[in-house]
Amino acid sequence: MLKTRVIPCLQLIGDSLVKTVKFGSHGYIGDPVNTVRIFNELEVDELCFLDIRATREGRTPNLSILQQISNECFMPLSYGGGVKDFAVAKEILSIGFEKIVINTEAYNNPSLLTRLAEHFGAQAVIGSIDVKKNIWGKYQVFVNDGTEKTSLDPVEWAQKMQFHGAGELLLTSMDRDGTWTGFDVEITKKISEAVSIPVIANGGAGNIAHIREVVKIGHASAVGLGSMVVYQKKEMGVLVNFPDKVELEKNLE
Amino acid sequence: MGNLGSISNMFKRIGVESEVTGNKEKIASAKKILLPGVGAFDAAMERINEGGYREILDRKALQEKVPVFGICLGMQLLTNSSEEGKLPGLGWIPAKTTKFSFENDSKLKVPHMGWNRVYEINQSLLIRDLPPEPRFYFVHSYYVLAENVNHILTTTNHGVEFNSIIQKENIYGAQFHPEKSHKFGMKLLENFARL
Repeated sequence: MLKTRVIPCLQLIGDSLVKTVKFGSHGYIGDPVNTVRIFNELEVDELCFLDIRATREGRTPNLSILQQISNECFMPLSYGGGVKDFAVAKEILSIGFEKIVINTEAYNNPSLLTRLAEHFGAQAVIGSIDVKKNIWGKYQVFVNDGTEKTSLDPVEWAQKMQFHGAGELLLTSMDRDGTWTGFDVEITKKISEAVSIPVIANGGAGNIAHIREVVKIGHASAVGLGSMVVYQKKEMGVLVNFPDKVELEKNLE
Repeated sequence: MGNLGSISNMFKRIGVESEVTGNKEKIASAKKILLPGVGAFDAAMERINEGGYREILDRKALQEKVPVFGICLGMQLLTNSSEEGKLPGLGWIPAKTTKFSFENDSKLKVPHMGWNRVYEINQSLLIRDLPPEPRFYFVHSYYVLAENVNHILTTTNHGVEFNSIIQKENIYGAQFHPEKSHKFGMKLLENFARL
């Protein structure tokens, strides 16, 4: 068993699978349900789906595509995007998802985290933080698909999310998203050391050495993979894949 | 939690015919029964008792002796009782269902959620030829302990050593979600289908 969870973090816009670069332009990857079937074959241990535009476009989660994904999926699943209230989160969990990812709504209404954690257990609640480094090297938290800058300090916000009930954190570097240049180890380390819940480092993975680095130096307890699992190589065609497990195990020992 | 859709799809993948049903005639003529579990112990027992399923299920399991497989809460329903509820269970396997309880400063969490290993105690066709280092995906706050060690197929550790797969004759139970445990779960359902 892999000690470090390696989780494909897949981006949806409605019912299409896409992949962004630095939260900006996106490439079309394909049909999420077919992709899930491939990840079944690859025996991936966990999958995360994020509808990156749901909040920004004022959409509620697309339950029909989530149901289709869940029906095809032979591994545990998390979902984020446009989850604004308890009822819709409950519905997603009852469809067969195990965890709900909350980002913008945690900022607007942190008590949602608490309510979900009290009802479904903290393990079902992932607090999501999108961070970006400004030109002076200061990390800032963004919400609403990276379009809205907040005054939150990422480390304090991570601690607050834990306090409010998040059982896990998904930390995404906007600067690294889709770049294949490696995770932001610095902010991952700061946050991992400041909270007691698992931190999933996300954004920037391009190879197994990057994964090793963010786990060994950044103390991430899990990693999210984006471009790496949907493209052959940087700037090449779509290929749903997963890094070699033996190789991963060797590097994460 | 859990998902009937992914159970059906897993059966489809291994080429086994299955149907999700609450129809008594269909249940009465089933060659095998899978009892999934969603929700709380008493709510499930109430549905079985008051929905008029008890008699059919008892007949199938105890007289006709068709293979029955309870998963997650479905496994707990096979036992005599659960700390989660007041109603007696089906009582098909002498066992009881207990709540995980840890000290506040414990690093162990309830529910037990995640992938975990299972260790074979007794051999059975149900767990034959599982892929090496078998592990499954668990989500549960209560666990089963069988009274008779012969009824334990595998154990798993989460602070306590509990029974992750049990069997008495034609009646089987698994605490985890095979439908969320890719190749391991698929092999287990395949074995059940071939019993």
